[in-house]
Amino acid sequence: MLSRTADHLYWMSRYIERAESLARLVDAHYRMSLLPHSPEVLAQSLSATMTALHMQQAYLARHERVTPKSVFEFVSLDREYGGSIFNCLKVARENARAVRGSLTSELWETLNSTWLDARSQVMRRGAQVDIGEFVEWVKERSHLTRGVTVGTMMHDEAFHFTRIGTFLERADSTARILTAHQSDFEPGADASVVPDPYEWSVLLRALSAFEVYRRAYRDVITPFRVAQLLILRDDMPRSLLRCCKEVYANLKSVSNAQSAETERRAGEMHAMLHFTRMEEILGLGLPRFLEQFLSRLQDLGVRIASDFLVPPAEA
Amino acid sequence: MSATPYNEMYVNEGAGRPHYQRYTRWLLEQPAERLAQKRAEADALFHRVGITFAVYGQDEGAERLIPFDIVPRVLPREEWVRLEAGLKQRVRALNAFIHDIYHDQQILKAGVIPPEQILCNSQYRPEMQGIDVPGGIYAHIAGIDIVRDGAGEFKVLEDNLRVPSGVSYMLENRKMMMRLFPELFSEHRVAPVDHYPDVLLDNLRSVAPTGVADPTVVLLTAGAHNSAYFEHAFLAQQMGIELVEGQDLFVRDEAVFMRTTQGPQRVDVIYRRIDDDFLDPLVFRPDSMLGVPGLLTAYRAGRITIANAIGTGVADDKSIYPYVPEMIRFYLGSAPIIGNVHTWMLRKKEDLEYVLAHLPELVVKEVHGAGGYGMLIGPAATKSEIETFRRLIKSNPERYIAQPTLALSTCPTFAEAGLAPRHIDLRPFVLSGSDVSIVPGGLTRVALIYGSLVVNSSQGGGTKDTWVLES
Repeated sequence: MLSRTADHLYWMSRYIERAESLARLVDAHYRMSLLPHSPEVLAQSLSATMTALHMQQAYLARHERVTPKSVFEFVSLDREYGGSIFNCLKVARENARAVRGSLTSELWETLNSTWLDARSQVMRRGAQVDIGEFVEWVKERSHLTRGVTVGTMMHDEAFHFTRIGTFLERADSTARILTAHQSDFEPGADASVVPDPYEWSVLLRALSAFEVYRRAYRDVITPFRVAQLLILRDDMPRSLLRCCKEVYANLKSVSNAQSAETERRAGEMHAMLHFTRMEEILGLGLPRFLEQFLSRLQDLGVRIASDFLVPPAEA
Repeated sequence: MSATPYNEMYVNEGAGRPHYQRYTRWLLEQPAERLAQKRAEADALFHRVGITFAVYGQDEGAERLIPFDIVPRVLPREEWVRLEAGLKQRVRALNAFIHDIYHDQQILKAGVIPPEQILCNSQYRPEMQGIDVPGGIYAHIAGIDIVRDGAGEFKVLEDNLRVPSGVSYMLENRKMMMRLFPELFSEHRVAPVDHYPDVLLDNLRSVAPTGVADPTVVLLTAGAHNSAYFEHAFLAQQMGIELVEGQDLFVRDEAVFMRTTQGPQRVDVIYRRIDDDFLDPLVFRPDSMLGVPGLLTAYRAGRITIANAIGTGVADDKSIYPYVPEMIRFYLGSAPIIGNVHTWMLRKKEDLEYVLAHLPELVVKEVHGAGGYGMLIGPAATKSEIETFRRLIKSNPERYIAQPTLALSTCPTFAEAGLAPRHIDLRPFVLSGSDVSIVPGGLTRVALIYGSLVVNSSQGGGTKDTWVLES
């Protein structure tokens, strides 16, 4: 397939996934804001999350203080800020439109109506948008998009590039959300102590892992298990291991003459997560582990772009 | 010219034409609310499917629909048979003409067309002189605009031989009608049009460079910001071919390749939807970012087919149009089945004098204008507009032609106040490859504004489904 087509498909699915990740984060904090909690704790969690997502600077350029309402609106609806959910949906749709001929009609129509709906919600109702409803809707549209992708697209190259985009973005998002909460995992902290369950529920809900956790451990929430679930569980759809496994498998399916080294690195990341133990990660320190992981993930993204997407200059 | 237009549906007040009878009976039975609801449904569907034109400078990502009217334009079989024969004849002659112009120029030597009309025409491409194209076909896809005059006669208003567009609306309008009113299709035997992309692909494959057994065809677009992008993406998808932009292609060793995830892949036929001027920055406009440097080298070497060929504009220019009936006689030795609209060529002294004396009754068109711009419609113009045009014509008579103001036929159409007659035309798409073929019908465009004769979508035009009845 055309390199440019692969590029658009890859970014289309990255942006949909990003919109969903942001919607989850907003949703989790929104629920927290409804609880009788100290506002400082919520504000602090929002700040840490925006910092991990590199949104803090853009936010502070527009708003003086971190207040839940203005953060929710900024992340969800801001029309000027390129990283908002609103703009992720727009960019996803623009990428889809550029290759609409390579998508099934169902997938194109799903992405197109998502954008048209988002636009009319934001433009007509502006500040009247109910944030809780909006992020719920974004999650539903993302689920729908993924379902239509898997259910209607041929499982060929085009499909594999959309999957690579989805899982790279998801790995990035999980790693950043963990980063925002890394202080709770500090080496000095006693990993067996039961922390504030509400605070932890934000983290778990943001990764759709709250119920999964209960199912997997049937026990109180401990930082050790949370980290294990989100990093090393192969059966947890948003864990780093699971994402890397999918990236590697899809990458192998699109292999070309120059992509051997990129595949090797993806395989290495997968193998590292597959064979390591929680003790080793905590021994290294979670912040350092996450930093290294994010930088390797970024390297992988750059290599995929140069091997498949951005065409090499022709002589 | 008679001012009473031909009504496609009714002979006169109340009496329906035979081929419309079943439809009008059905229409009378429909409650107004149902029709209103169906019209709203059509709009919503067109938006969702993204059958839209990009409009810039308005609010974010604003896209406009081309209005779709739910009343079909119906053609009885016998009328279509004659039209089809006339269209095929005309396109055969036009292809023969372009071939001749870029080879021996016999038609000029025979004195049928004054040589300076061709050789000094900005659409004449000297780069094409002596190049042989597969099958001698230049205009693989031709959109011939047909109107019906007050006497009920079909006439050719314009030939579009460069990058004619609109066929996607023909296909989508049919799909929409079948979805909205399936019952109509069980009551009428409407000739299908869905196979257009298959016929187009067959034709494109049939004109691949000689020796290519399994040709790779691509569709070249200017990109997602082009107003006809929907059509480009739609046709590429329907044909199952790659939709490429200039940046996806490159030329090496006089052959054209596309950049793919698996490395360069050879391309044999380019169905291009960008103008000649932008195709190859090394030969035409050097500032073009849309084209492929070196494309013309590969073309001249016979390693790539471009459809439509470069230089077809020399045959669809308004200054050449008046000669098409002569071309048919010259190349095919037969009388034209569909005539032209009478045209005064203002470079001729006697035509100029007549036109200047009759401006308020005539339509004056700029020879190189397109899309309904640069045009004077005498009966609708103010005195000062007419005087402005008079000055323009006098200073550059050769840039204009004039035609009688046609009473374009009308078809009932949903207007704000309800069903009312509106002027229509018809653009059938004629495909040439190993043979010449047309899917029955074409795109019917309708001037939605009361009294307007301009059907272009850029100026308030809409479209209708076009039915050719099989019995």
